[in-house]
Amino acid sequence: MHPVIPYVLAAMLFGAGVYGVVVRRNAVLVLMAVELMLGAVNLVLVTADATMRLHTGQTLALFVIVVAAAEVGLGLAIVLQLYRLRRSIVTDDVGAEPASAEGEEEPVKVVA
Amino acid sequence: MSLLAQGALLAADNTVPTGEAVTFWILAPIALGGAIGMVLARNAVHSALLLVCTMLSLGVFYVLQAGPFIGMVQIIVYTGAIMMLFLFVIMLVGRHTRDSLIEVLRGQRLAAVILGVGFAMLLGTGLARGVGSVTAKGLDEANANGNVEGIAKLLFTKYIFAFEVTSALLITAAIGAMLLAHIEKKPGEKLDQKVLSRNRFTKGNYPGPKSGPGVFATSDSVATPAILPDGTFTERSVSKVVPARELTLTEARPKATNGNKQDGEIR
Repeated sequence: MHPVIPYVLAAMLFGAGVYGVVVRRNAVLVLMAVELMLGAVNLVLVTADATMRLHTGQTLALFVIVVAAAEVGLGLAIVLQLYRLRRSIVTDDVGAEPASAEGEEEPVKVVA
Repeated sequence: MSLLAQGALLAADNTVPTGEAVTFWILAPIALGGAIGMVLARNAVHSALLLVCTMLSLGVFYVLQAGPFIGMVQIIVYTGAIMMLFLFVIMLVGRHTRDSLIEVLRGQRLAAVILGVGFAMLLGTGLARGVGSVTAKGLDEANANGNVEGIAKLLFTKYIFAFEVTSALLITAAIGAMLLAHIEKKPGEKLDQKVLSRNRFTKGNYPGPKSGPGVFATSDSVATPAILPDGTFTERSVSKVVPARELTLTEARPKATNGNKQDGEIR
């Protein structure tokens, strides 16, 4: 099997991930683009594994998946905290002042 | 699927096996299209589902490359756990949060396109030139006792320290995520049973159940308030929604019952 197809595919997936990280403003989508980059790296590892007669690449890919799972758990918890603080997960607003009373909307009064 | 992978490995010379090549040429555009759609989709849920598509194709690639175990782990952990976690959070923070198209930094999107495409091209051509002549030797030697056993042998001998550190990392991450997502309430914020009970029986609060509308009345309309034992209307028995509908004031006014002199007077 020519390993060049999955290698090039992994490079393109990584490029898409880079674009996503740079462009997207939704914090969840930025994390998802990071996941895409990790997936591309995993593809490289597994493909490289098939060109050597060892299981090192697959073992390393397993570690990468585990670390990615831990990273996603923490990252999404941080995103939730950000949402509670700012009422939005737009990464442009991260440095802004917290919207203290803005988030709590008053119940709409029904006029007879 | 491991049969397929082993079949692919047996023919691991310079020629690409037809089945493998066909699978790759079908799944590679799906994976790439899913990735590009994910970074371009406006709706966050669509993005997540497209990424699931990409991750599933990656899992099939792993299986195809003589790694059935890592392929299954990819499908279970990535599409099963991680992407569902993403979907959970997207639903929690509101799936209507869409990215705005307005650029804050001038030329940022163009720069990102150039960066992403250029990076992909650089890596792709570099890899294609560098490893274009390399052929896969196959893992049939390492997979002799099965793929899982081969990985386990490495995992529990050579990489045992990394393995243990990873388990510590997972526990730390779980505790950290729990701490971050936990909302701590101040001691006075949550009313306990004692306080709730006291509040219920304080002066001015009627602890009993509400009487239904139309009780002791000659009309059973929901707009007719119940009559208390002392002959007065009780406003509490009429739902607040009833007068709030699109009725005129006279229509919305609680109807009096026959024989009651306090017409329309509500206490």
